[in-house]
Amino acid sequence: MHLSAGPKLKAALILAALAVAVLLPFTLDNSIISLLIFAGLYTLVTVGLCLLMGYAGQISLGQAAFYGIGAYSTAILTTRFAINPWLAMLAGVVLAVAISFVVGWPLLKLEKHYLALATLAFGLIVQLVIVEEAEITGGSSGISSIPRLSLGSFSFDNDFKFYFLVLGFALIGSLLAGNIVNSRVGRALRAVHTSEVAARSLAVPVNQIKTQVFALSAAYASIAGSLFAHYISFVAPNSFGLLTSIDFLVMAVIGGMASIWGPITGALAVVFLRRLLQTVVPMFFPRASGEYEIIVFGLILVAVMIFLPEGLFSGVKSILSGRGLLKSRTLKLKNEGESVQIRVMEDEQDTGGQGNALGSQRS
Amino acid sequence: MKKRIIGFLLVALITGSVLSGCSNSASNTSNSASNTSKPAEKADFVIGAVFDITGNSSSLGIPERDSVQMLVDDTNAKGGINGHRIKLVMLDNKSTESESALAIKRLIEQDKVLAIIGASSSGPSMAMVPIAQEQKVPLVSAAASIKIIEPAADRKWVFKTAQNDALVASRVVKYLKSKNFNNVAFMLVNSTFGESGLAEFKKVADQEKINIVSTQKFEASDTNMTAQLTKIKDSKPDAIIVWATPPSASNVAKGFKQLGLTIPQIQSHGIGNKTFIDQAGDSSNGVVFPIGKLLVAEGLPESDSQKSVLTQYAKDYEAKYGPRSTFGGHGYDAMNMVIAALKKAGDNPSRELVRDQLEQLKDFKGISGVFNMSASDHNGLKEDALVMVKIVDNKWTYLKD
Amino acid sequence: MSGLMQYILTGLSQGGLYALVGLGFVLIYNVTGIINFVQGEFVMLGAMLAIAYQHLGLPLPLVILFTVLTVALIGGGLEIVSIRPAKNATPLTLIIITIGLSMVLRGVALVVWGTDPVVMQPFSNAGPVKILGGSLMPQEFYILGATVLVVCLLYVFLDHTVMGKAFRACVINKLGASLMGIDPRRMSTLAFALGAGIGAIGGVVFAPTLASYDMGVALGVKGFIAAVLGGLTSVPGVILSGFIVGIGESFGTAFVSSGYKDGITLLVLLLVLLFRPQGLFGIYGSKRV
Repeated sequence: MHLSAGPKLKAALILAALAVAVLLPFTLDNSIISLLIFAGLYTLVTVGLCLLMGYAGQISLGQAAFYGIGAYSTAILTTRFAINPWLAMLAGVVLAVAISFVVGWPLLKLEKHYLALATLAFGLIVQLVIVEEAEITGGSSGISSIPRLSLGSFSFDNDFKFYFLVLGFALIGSLLAGNIVNSRVGRALRAVHTSEVAARSLAVPVNQIKTQVFALSAAYASIAGSLFAHYISFVAPNSFGLLTSIDFLVMAVIGGMASIWGPITGALAVVFLRRLLQTVVPMFFPRASGEYEIIVFGLILVAVMIFLPEGLFSGVKSILSGRGLLKSRTLKLKNEGESVQIRVMEDEQDTGGQGNALGSQRS
Repeated sequence: MKKRIIGFLLVALITGSVLSGCSNSASNTSNSASNTSKPAEKADFVIGAVFDITGNSSSLGIPERDSVQMLVDDTNAKGGINGHRIKLVMLDNKSTESESALAIKRLIEQDKVLAIIGASSSGPSMAMVPIAQEQKVPLVSAAASIKIIEPAADRKWVFKTAQNDALVASRVVKYLKSKNFNNVAFMLVNSTFGESGLAEFKKVADQEKINIVSTQKFEASDTNMTAQLTKIKDSKPDAIIVWATPPSASNVAKGFKQLGLTIPQIQSHGIGNKTFIDQAGDSSNGVVFPIGKLLVAEGLPESDSQKSVLTQYAKDYEAKYGPRSTFGGHGYDAMNMVIAALKKAGDNPSRELVRDQLEQLKDFKGISGVFNMSASDHNGLKEDALVMVKIVDNKWTYLKD
Repeated sequence: MSGLMQYILTGLSQGGLYALVGLGFVLIYNVTGIINFVQGEFVMLGAMLAIAYQHLGLPLPLVILFTVLTVALIGGGLEIVSIRPAKNATPLTLIIITIGLSMVLRGVALVVWGTDPVVMQPFSNAGPVKILGGSLMPQEFYILGATVLVVCLLYVFLDHTVMGKAFRACVINKLGASLMGIDPRRMSTLAFALGAGIGAIGGVVFAPTLASYDMGVALGVKGFIAAVLGGLTSVPGVILSGFIVGIGESFGTAFVSSGYKDGITLLVLLLVLLFRPQGLFGIYGSKRV
């Protein structure tokens, strides 16, 4: 990662953000806390997705399936078998990871848009199974009365307490991801993203790494799903379909995949933007409901992609640090007859070319 | 340079939205606080509504929203409830469970409502039930599934206005027995509505010794059901029962015509609006279904206790919004009940009081039927709330059986 | 079995629609390399606009013409406004842009037409036509006919017109084409306009069956599946695959269960992707530059 600020300033900023996060619920009312909880859950999923997409370069249109696996594992095990919620959450993770290995190993060999379609199909299949196997999953009606999470005698029974639980998970998840990114594994991931051929020639176990990251993203999504189930105490199939997967994708891309703070930016932006539209739109169009919201949302999405394709976090970062927006340039390299294009993030002033490789196309 | 400015504007917009999201809620709470502290005027009664205005069940949610709005405007124009204006907070749950849960949380915690009506369909209603129970807020649903109010011990705070699918199922079975249709096929839409309907129908059918020879499902978004109908044809039923709402229900009817099926088609109370006839066109003729009396209100005998309420509502609604629908009636009843409960609850009602008053409603003449609530029955309707209707010449006609 | 013919016929008529949707995908992908998530919404617009034009009192042939032209213009316009400015964008960025565009179109349709499906009378009021034990509604013939017509017109265009040949040149080699004086940006806009127009034709013939603001999502997915099955770069592939998907669904409903019918299609897709990712006719790795 490439920050303008020195390490001390960076630490200070992080502490400040943490302080805000911890103090916020004391000052706000419950419905905003509710939104923050959702933002936290989505951050978890998006962190996993960012690892997969931003660093390993794999597009997934099926994360909602793992989200759903976590949610339903929790729902089924806690309501029908009275299993401890934490164990149920763990079981969900195990199941999600297992499925991701089975599905990922063959599919991750595919290239970008084939993989996108394969994950799309996978996500739809999981949703279908949930609906059809009504005996276990409650079918379209879903499962209700999922019990609260508790640690010993302390029960997370209101939004205030649940917020801190989710905050904890989101923080741990982000830090873990940050560590991975800066480790050997992370560098291997980036190598794979840049050029699989090159990575293989450097003895990076490409398929293994891709599958591992996929499994990790599945684990993140599963945990978030379990938390979701406990929060709303109700699960139903239409929360885990294609539109939800697309939502996660949007959050990842809007937030920016080049940084560990991207996912939370994206999740917050999407959640609060939706809420803002819900509140503001009826003021101009009294009889309107969800209709106008989706138009504005789509327009903003398109605008962000055109003008800030690296995501909001990078945009905020560079504006705050007073530099121009990071420009992207396409370098063309030739390598044994196969030409590889690498996009590099560069400063307008800094022509040294230091930066992150973000995307590559083979031609 | 240009990109930089635009990028900056975008970031500013998003940041501004986050901040204003927070300040919006702050100003909302301070507004309602200042409202209730005005000594001279009477405080507003805040009532929340969650309906499926967009999404799969929008053909249910929109007439409900309109009926409720009409009733609230009307009541406020006449001076409100004992001088208290009704402040209606209407939210769209996009026909999903998670938006319903979010909506009810917001209504309870931010808007501090006295009672909530909704949702339009069974799944989203079920999502709100545990929250209403836990937070002890009265909830009056407009949806069909009996699971919304059963088991009664766990549903102290939840009521509903639409006839239970259990009730509808037994009405259908009664009709089947009267025609000696003992072997039937059942087609259902893949949703809570369809699944609950099948479950209730099975119970009654088993009791009355009616055989279900084939069960076929379809998705709400399917447009062609000829495959399912062809399979059913092979099992030779006396009648085919279809449990769905438009547009899938209409597409099933069209399938009947396409295959030239002459087997009697019996649908559910899910087709209680003109949309069905519009979409199915000629294929809708001959369809028989149980429904609240609204659709044939004008043809009812004068002695019918609901007739004047029905005809008045139909007249008012059609003047303002368009063709009537029983769904609008379910929403209307829900709000009307809450108003009736608040009328008896004094100037400073509590949610507990509203709940108690709701439970004590007797002989309440609504659009969906005459309600008699009790601690063990939070729907309060009997079989006489439903009549059998047959579509003839693209119009609803009252079927005496 | 008496039902077999019916299953096949139903599958063919559904398949024709999927083929049309998928065809739009293939055209756009071939020239621009973009996976176009807006394709389903073009179909939806075709259906909704057709009904709107019909309410203006226009005769059916004009309705069809105006609808297709309008949607084609919208398609081209969207490309100019939102795809062109995104220079050097990654494939992912472009995908998200098309997702955003599809949301906007859906939202606009919702605002303009509301949530209730709108109704269009079938083109012909005749009753069902019996064929060998099964039956097809006249409208289904129109769907099949439209598919055939579009394919023929497309071949004429690609093979016998200058613009069509320029189009094909871009497909084969963008760099080479631009060296020959063909502007790939114009071709990109044309591709979107064509893809949108074809989608609109599908929407128009399907409108009497279903026309609602949210019909695009599911159709888009099915069309996408047909396109990939056929190999994203092949026109005959997508047409054939469209029919395969349609018949597969029909048989799935008949022989497995109505609930799992989509699952079977998806499973087949996954298997094809695993063992023959280039689809039936495509060439693996042939992505557009």
